[in-house]
Amino acid sequence: MTQSQHEAIAAPSMVVERQRRAKQRRTMFYLALIAIGLVAPFLAYPVFLMKILCFALFACAFNLLLGYAGLLSFGHAAFLASGGYVTGYLLASYPGLTPEVGIIAGTFSATLLGILFGVLSIRRQGIYFAMVTLALAQLMFFVYIQAPFTGGEDGLHGVPRGELLGFIDLSNNVAMYYFVFAIFLFGFALIQRAVHSPFGQVLKAIRENEPRAVSLGYNVDAYKLLAFVLSAAIAGLAGSTKTVVFQLASLTDAHWHMSGEVILMTLLGGVGTLLGPVMGASLVVSLQHILAQSPLGNWVSVILGIIFVVCVLSFRSGIVGELGKMYRKNFK
Amino acid sequence: MTFNKKTLACCVAAAAATSLMASNAQAQMSDDEVRIGYLADMSGTYRDLAGPGGLTAMEMAVEDFGGSVNGAPIVISSADDRNSADVGANTVRGWIDEDNVDMVGGLVASSVSIAVSNVIEENDGLAIVSGSAASSITNEHCTPNHIHWVYDTYPLANGTAKAVVDQGGDSWFMLTADYAFGHALEADVTSVVEANGGEIVGGVRHPFPTNDFSSYILQAQGSGAKIVGLANAGSDTVNAITTASQFGLTQSGQQLAGLLIFLNDVHALGLEATQNLLLTTGWYWDMDDQSREWAERYYAEEERMPTMVQAGIYSSTMHYLKAVEAAGTDDPETVRAQMAEMPIDDFFARNGRIREDGRMIHDMYLAQVKTPEESTGEWDLYEILSTIPAEEAYRPLSESQCELVQN
Repeated sequence: MTQSQHEAIAAPSMVVERQRRAKQRRTMFYLALIAIGLVAPFLAYPVFLMKILCFALFACAFNLLLGYAGLLSFGHAAFLASGGYVTGYLLASYPGLTPEVGIIAGTFSATLLGILFGVLSIRRQGIYFAMVTLALAQLMFFVYIQAPFTGGEDGLHGVPRGELLGFIDLSNNVAMYYFVFAIFLFGFALIQRAVHSPFGQVLKAIRENEPRAVSLGYNVDAYKLLAFVLSAAIAGLAGSTKTVVFQLASLTDAHWHMSGEVILMTLLGGVGTLLGPVMGASLVVSLQHILAQSPLGNWVSVILGIIFVVCVLSFRSGIVGELGKMYRKNFK
Repeated sequence: MTFNKKTLACCVAAAAATSLMASNAQAQMSDDEVRIGYLADMSGTYRDLAGPGGLTAMEMAVEDFGGSVNGAPIVISSADDRNSADVGANTVRGWIDEDNVDMVGGLVASSVSIAVSNVIEENDGLAIVSGSAASSITNEHCTPNHIHWVYDTYPLANGTAKAVVDQGGDSWFMLTADYAFGHALEADVTSVVEANGGEIVGGVRHPFPTNDFSSYILQAQGSGAKIVGLANAGSDTVNAITTASQFGLTQSGQQLAGLLIFLNDVHALGLEATQNLLLTTGWYWDMDDQSREWAERYYAEEERMPTMVQAGIYSSTMHYLKAVEAAGTDDPETVRAQMAEMPIDDFFARNGRIREDGRMIHDMYLAQVKTPEESTGEWDLYEILSTIPAEEAYRPLSESQCELVQN
């Protein structure tokens, strides 16, 4: 019998008490993070922070699929770009629309695309799943380079930030930041809730042993599809928000490099941990930002590549994963 | 010693006036510094076209100017846009919001330039685009806040196409990159070829980007056209030329017309593959004494000969600084107006002036790539065949869709 089972038999109330405390600690921890997020725009440049938040949300969406359902999608850029392009197109062509309507429409289109891609791709696993998603994303890249409304190579420019709900002027960077922060919290909370729900438990079961989950009577395909669509929707939300922040949508978001970058962010931060992707995205975006303006500017790709190799070779559970291990080893 | 009231008042007034004048002169330059941002692809495809070499050119301009304008030091900051519109726009937004950058130069990938010009317009800044090809930058995307300096697709396509037809190359096969940029270039070339009495006998569109051009080159060879026009850019052009050379396209009597090809491409491909290629360029290092003189100085720094973009960055930075000096301020609107008033005539631009749509027009040159036998050195690559006068080279204002132009 393991120690925890012993304890469960010996003193159930103690276990409950311990769980309650752990939950309390976690709540305090999240509250502290939110507090940091609230004061951040006064300490750092808000547009830079918004970029981090958008990519963090994107990485969290990706992590939901890889970390909890064990599905490595190599085509998430398609959802990011679809959200961005639809939002950008609507806001730029219909000046009466408020940004939240644009973002909802962008997210919705990414969701639809997610259903389509999901139905086609979840029938395969492992490398085949990755290749199918990559192929589908490349199809979307072709669509975006050819479709007249995206502006092709030049991209979609001059998207107005507009006024949130018709009265909050988003051209103010601080106001925009709080809006993005709220969207990020919403997306993060959604993922957190999904992961800790019975649905999340089933996803983990599928990740660990799919045939066993099937034999237990779960409709594995339905669970995987739902996870895929959820992930696509949140990636689309990130893309839509990003378009409103930067006032443009470009092919960079649809390129497979972007699908690779989100893998880097997630693995670096810690796959299968909630905060890992946030940490990874912050690190990658900050590195790109700092290196681009330093004399090492020419070496951004090389440095990121080296970091990725070191990460995969020496700390596979990522930064947050390793920190979590250390915490459990030393404080419990 | 006693001051009477009058003397005292005079002294105070004089002191106040002096300090006022001093502060007034300083207030003309925001933050007492002229800040220039250099944004370009420093690590990707377009590195050799502008990249770190463009930064060197800009630094040379600042050094030659004396390092300060009317006593205000000139400061350059630089960043890599990694050919991404959002990275570029974001960097420039940061520069304006946090560092009060007065002018942004460099700017290579068209998507980055358009994104940056939007940010610049919104914040009332000033940008000088040197590296981009898209003629839409001063057409449908024109703003009062940016200037397009070196070249664009209009003179490249028109200059080359017209000259080739005039020389007897009247049947064309178009090899076009299958996206908006390629289509636009193809349309430009087609109209020029047909207007000059030539005909397009065929064409094929290849996906963007393409590595294997063999089937397209075979089609071009089979078409029997005298000229194969390359309506593509960057690695696509390089791959097409390499394949054409391997398939012996030029040796069998057909000729390639490169519509968007630069000195660094020709240098990289080698004369064996590119010989006799016709192209239009905004500048060539070996075209006359003053160009050579500047190019030699650049070569001493970078150990490469400058491309027209790098020379253009020097020229545009110099012109900007002269305008700041003449206007006595770095206020973007005043400087922009001052720049348009002063004609541009330096080692880079001949008969240059800035039009109201932001296009800097100057003489362009039709060049032919030398054969390996003709070339006398590593960088002896072009022979300048003729000059295309500034007013003829660029898109006439009567065809402009720019909102700043009254048609």
